[in-house]
Amino acid sequence: MPGITSYGAYIPLHRVERSEFRRAWGGFPIPGERVIANFDEDSITMAVESAIDCLRGIDPKTVDGLFFATTTSPYKERLGASIMAVALDMRRDALTMDISGSLRAGTTAIATALNTVKAGAAKSILVAAADCRIGAPSGDFEQALGDGGAALLLGGDQPIATIEGSYSISDDFSGVWRADGDVFVRSWEDRMVLDEGYSAVLPEAISGLMKDYNIKAGDFAKVVYDCPPDFRRHARVARSLGFDAAQVQDPMFMTVGITGAAMAPMMLVAALEEAKPGDKILLASYGNGADAFLLEVTEEINRVGERRGIKKHLASKRMIANYETYLRWRGLITLEAARRPEKSPTSISAVWRARKQILGLYGARCKSCGTPQYTSPALGGVPIRICVVCQAKDQFEDYRFADKRANIFSFTHDNLAASPDPPVTITVVDFEGGGRAVFDFTDRDPDKVEVGMPVEMTFRKLFFDRGIHNYYWKTRPIRC
Amino acid sequence: MESIKDKVAIVGMGCRKFGENWEQSSDDMIIEAVYEAYEDAGVGPNDIQAAWVGTIASGAAGVCLAEPLKLPRIPITRVENFCATGHEALRNAAFAVACGMYDVVLACGFEKLKDTGVGGLGVGRGLHPVLEGRRTGPGTFAFIATRYFYTYGLSREEGKRTIAQIAVKNHHNGSLHPKAHFQREVTLEQVMNAPIIAWPLGLFDCCGTTDGAAAAIITRADLAKKFRDDPIYLKGIGLAANQILPHFEPGFDWTGFEMNRSAARQAYEQAGIKDPRKEMSLAIVHDCFTITELIIYEDLGFSPKGRAKEDVDAGTFTLEGELPINTDGGLKSFGHPIGASGIRMTYEVYKQLQGKAGPRQIKDARLGLSHTLGGPPQVACIAVFGNSPG
Repeated sequence: MPGITSYGAYIPLHRVERSEFRRAWGGFPIPGERVIANFDEDSITMAVESAIDCLRGIDPKTVDGLFFATTTSPYKERLGASIMAVALDMRRDALTMDISGSLRAGTTAIATALNTVKAGAAKSILVAAADCRIGAPSGDFEQALGDGGAALLLGGDQPIATIEGSYSISDDFSGVWRADGDVFVRSWEDRMVLDEGYSAVLPEAISGLMKDYNIKAGDFAKVVYDCPPDFRRHARVARSLGFDAAQVQDPMFMTVGITGAAMAPMMLVAALEEAKPGDKILLASYGNGADAFLLEVTEEINRVGERRGIKKHLASKRMIANYETYLRWRGLITLEAARRPEKSPTSISAVWRARKQILGLYGARCKSCGTPQYTSPALGGVPIRICVVCQAKDQFEDYRFADKRANIFSFTHDNLAASPDPPVTITVVDFEGGGRAVFDFTDRDPDKVEVGMPVEMTFRKLFFDRGIHNYYWKTRPIRC
Repeated sequence: MESIKDKVAIVGMGCRKFGENWEQSSDDMIIEAVYEAYEDAGVGPNDIQAAWVGTIASGAAGVCLAEPLKLPRIPITRVENFCATGHEALRNAAFAVACGMYDVVLACGFEKLKDTGVGGLGVGRGLHPVLEGRRTGPGTFAFIATRYFYTYGLSREEGKRTIAQIAVKNHHNGSLHPKAHFQREVTLEQVMNAPIIAWPLGLFDCCGTTDGAAAAIITRADLAKKFRDDPIYLKGIGLAANQILPHFEPGFDWTGFEMNRSAARQAYEQAGIKDPRKEMSLAIVHDCFTITELIIYEDLGFSPKGRAKEDVDAGTFTLEGELPINTDGGLKSFGHPIGASGIRMTYEVYKQLQGKAGPRQIKDARLGLSHTLGGPPQVACIAVFGNSPG
């Protein structure tokens, strides 16, 4: 029976107390705090982070496909999964797909991946879900939403949890939505939204699953299902279906916020972190209908290697200074432009030519003298052909730096360079095993940066210009 | 391989006042610099047989010199080599004369940086559409300071104070030069307490963004005395381009640059210099940032490696010191109109070696050098001059 063979998750470092929103706008604060993606993070970068966590100890070349689930793809017409596949070092013939349009895109991706594996079209599919939805300033969504991602590897080979059954409903009630061109989440009158949507359709799918597979409420070790912006409704669903509070997986509303298409997958990862062989787990997600799944944890759960998952990411956090920082990071206010030279347009051809170096962070190792080296941008990012140390020509093998740790050799905090998070901290680093390169340093506390500090690589968005999101790698302190 | 030593001489130079020359175009500045050089050499436009012009971003092709000067259909070549661009114009002009192709040539460098509307160098995006998007000059050179302080165990305070003394020295010298952009002295406290531009470099650790132009008339050494009694002879010129951006160079120590040392070795060997600290009368070097000047002391052989601080503290490089450096105030006082800088530096060496440096005149000046360090940085040029052959 196929199922989940690995899991991973990502929660951005930064959080804000919800009381900060009240400080800015007055009104009623929702309790707790929420996650804020850094200015250089979006659904693609968070999905990549989750996928990296999920693939620890697994060769990405062995994975047959990548499904990216989100409602906030940076592109309307360009595949997110194909960008991610290069960053994750997957095969060129991997099946890539973006699944979008619904808050249950995460579970739809899981169902589709599972069916692809069952049909024999792939041995394993990686599902990476992430969302970075934005509520309009001063509204409830601004407080309730959060950012994050989760990744699940589906396959038939020694699953840690088998997927025993599923039940889906399609329902065209649209309580929350975004039309083409909308930046902010829209909502119909909230009682109607909850009564006829979430609180009706989600239990319908769960009940349908339980009936089809003859499961009683008490049979589940954990029940994992989405939480609506009014978090009190989450517990009400449990009561209506006869679940005990102890069975209910924490929706992380007080610590993370509503993470859209990534929410149910993130909660599932949290559940799997605590799961024991034999546990039955319910997974359900709501959005223009609902998906529900019955999972059974196997003995293989004990062989899952080190994951940052939910627990470690949740514990590793830094509060942002204030609400204004959030507005700046999300680009919600127009700031005076930095007085720097105008950027020349991104060259699609130059970036494409260097995709393996830029998105995959591939350098080369000289087969003659053994020196790992990264391409100097002066060369335009194309593969190195002549060794900088021994000048051997065309004697290189591929060498990936993305998964290597490094140490800071030198750094600066640049106040002149333009950034939504000044100063721009730039590091010159030495990779463990060799190799020298320069990167922006993100998620850092400027007061704590020093020579010799260990760092790791993280996939981030460098900038958006004239319709193009430019992704690259940055250094960051070892996260957790 | 032959040496360039004593094969060519500079017989005239000009330098337009550097500054925020809002009222002047590049053409205006070129005309003023070149006509001062004409007058200084006693020549006119019809005497120029070929010309080289250096600019990194303020003009294109040889016509950016031909047009303002209306030079009639002679060979003119535009050169560019990052901050060594001005030097590159001199170097190519000198080689053309040395090979006997021409007798009298013009080298001119200029840059109009103040028409961009932004602070800092307005020279564009960087070297790669994605990877180099955010690099700034101060950001790059700050890596040197961070690493130098770390390597030699200087606390933030000690490190900042060491490089601050260089800013104080150069601004003092610049206060004595009527063509400098900045002609006011600064105090150590002002420098130390100035806003940080790129940590640890503060405002006064950085050179200004400036407009300027400078020019030189070059002829064969054996013809030089026909133009003037005090020609200045080229003794050696070295140029080195690093094989990789230092940011990506495995093992690079960030406390000095091999390209500086290589350019110095080439120039010293041609000039026959064994002990530059003792033999040089003065040096005009590339103080784009104060930390750059500090490591140049070591790269050019003026201070032992890691010990430039001792010389700074001892006042070795002040106007009255053992080896005066940046007697005109350097890039700190003149700013850095990139194409013009190498020739502006040479202008000061030329005046000092002729004994015409006014209140900045050092005693018994016989041998001087000008030095530029360009790009991210990735290229260095050093030209050594003397006031007598042999």
